[in-house]
Amino acid sequence: MGGYGDVQLLNDDGSRLDGRKVDEMRPVSIEAGVLPAADGSAMVTHGLNVAVAAVYGPMEAHPRKIQRQDRAVIDVRYNMAPFSTSDRIRPGFNRRSREISKVTAEALESVVLVERYPRSKIRVEIEILAAEAGTRCAGITAAAVALADAGIPMRDMIVGVASGKIEDTVVLDLDKAEDNYGQADLPVGILPNTGEIAFLQMDGDLSPAEYELAMEYNFKAAREIHDIMVDALQRRYEGGEA
Amino acid sequence: MGWRVAANGEKRMSQGQVGAEQRLVTPGMAVGPSTGKRAGSGIIAAEDTFVATQLGWLRERNNTVSVDPINAAYMPRSGDLVVGIVAEVRNNLWFMNINGSFQGLLPMSLAPWKVEFGAARQHMDVGDVVLARVQEVDECHNVVLTMKGVGLRRLNQGAVESIPVQHIDRVRGENNSLLQRMRDAFDCRIMVGENGRVWIDGSSEGTSGARSALHRLVREGHTTAFETILSEMENKTKGDA
Repeated sequence: MGGYGDVQLLNDDGSRLDGRKVDEMRPVSIEAGVLPAADGSAMVTHGLNVAVAAVYGPMEAHPRKIQRQDRAVIDVRYNMAPFSTSDRIRPGFNRRSREISKVTAEALESVVLVERYPRSKIRVEIEILAAEAGTRCAGITAAAVALADAGIPMRDMIVGVASGKIEDTVVLDLDKAEDNYGQADLPVGILPNTGEIAFLQMDGDLSPAEYELAMEYNFKAAREIHDIMVDALQRRYEGGEA
Repeated sequence: MGWRVAANGEKRMSQGQVGAEQRLVTPGMAVGPSTGKRAGSGIIAAEDTFVATQLGWLRERNNTVSVDPINAAYMPRSGDLVVGIVAEVRNNLWFMNINGSFQGLLPMSLAPWKVEFGAARQHMDVGDVVLARVQEVDECHNVVLTMKGVGLRRLNQGAVESIPVQHIDRVRGENNSLLQRMRDAFDCRIMVGENGRVWIDGSSEGTSGARSALHRLVREGHTTAFETILSEMENKTKGDA
């Protein structure tokens, strides 16, 4: 991140390389209840990203040292499948997946009513099957739908979405080229009903005005994705009528 | 916004009115003003608005707004009748899997037999199924079970099926009417634990039929009333006969 001056990311007419407008996100589709063995599950397709999340629990927290007497702990495991990118990823945890697991768990803990389940653990498994920039956001969105599907009480359904800057222009939902060669990336976890932000990271530099615009894009996209999340849950439990 | 019409046998789900419209709500969804009403389960009050915290059907009864969750974990309560499976045995107690977040503890003093210290395994071993009652649940989710009481015993025969806990009332019906109908239809002894475990004992055909009905409930229970499922299976049984 930081920009590569010789890489053109915007067309002459101001559109992006894949034809999207600056405030247009990639197509998103969500399906709830895709894994019969899990208590709750969801699959999110966001552009070329495919994220599957499974939720198990609440269950007794093991080992006992991780138990909290007054609340549940959320144990998130984010993992990218070895075949998720064109270069094979070495299987297993790495520094990046640990970081994303941690920030995702903290974001989810702020929305789940963890005080309802003392000494318990809620296990959230996020598997990225295909990656094309924005996997942590797709993973968070999938986890939120899976938690709702599992009947875990939450204040709101968190939506993961990102904006960034390419060629000094703020754009919504960076794709792989924009993420690799752009100037900034701003992934956030938004609670659309309350307007709160549950997590925020920033890579690169944005001026205050650019930040404001990026957040405006993010909130707009979060509301759109939230509607798709609600629709996915309604389709699952209403026999197709939404 | 999703709506559905409650079918027969689902009175509890529809404000006591068969045929009432029901609204599917998702976590974070504002479900109406909170003035003059009370927040029930699955609802929190945010300023002057009620917000759903779980995925489920919205219900308003006796001035209380609540959500009937579509999926929910079993939360033990004192007095619950449960079907437990022995998970661990110690010298003087058993740990039971009661389909909840935590194991239930059955001390030998609350077993129906006189148990000598160190002889717990002679009465029940890992994998045995019992009908027990929840004696006590503390704020840290420690669950103590008892087998002292009428009908509480080790279940030596029959089959155990699991159903989602939110479907228990649908299986029972009004005053256990559907449960009794199922017993009659399949000629089985059937007991429904509050923890979502159902014990079925009868002929192999009857047990198989009852299990099939419960499997259908698990698959279709959120859209089809159990009475409808049961009627179809009864008709099929009559047709086969």
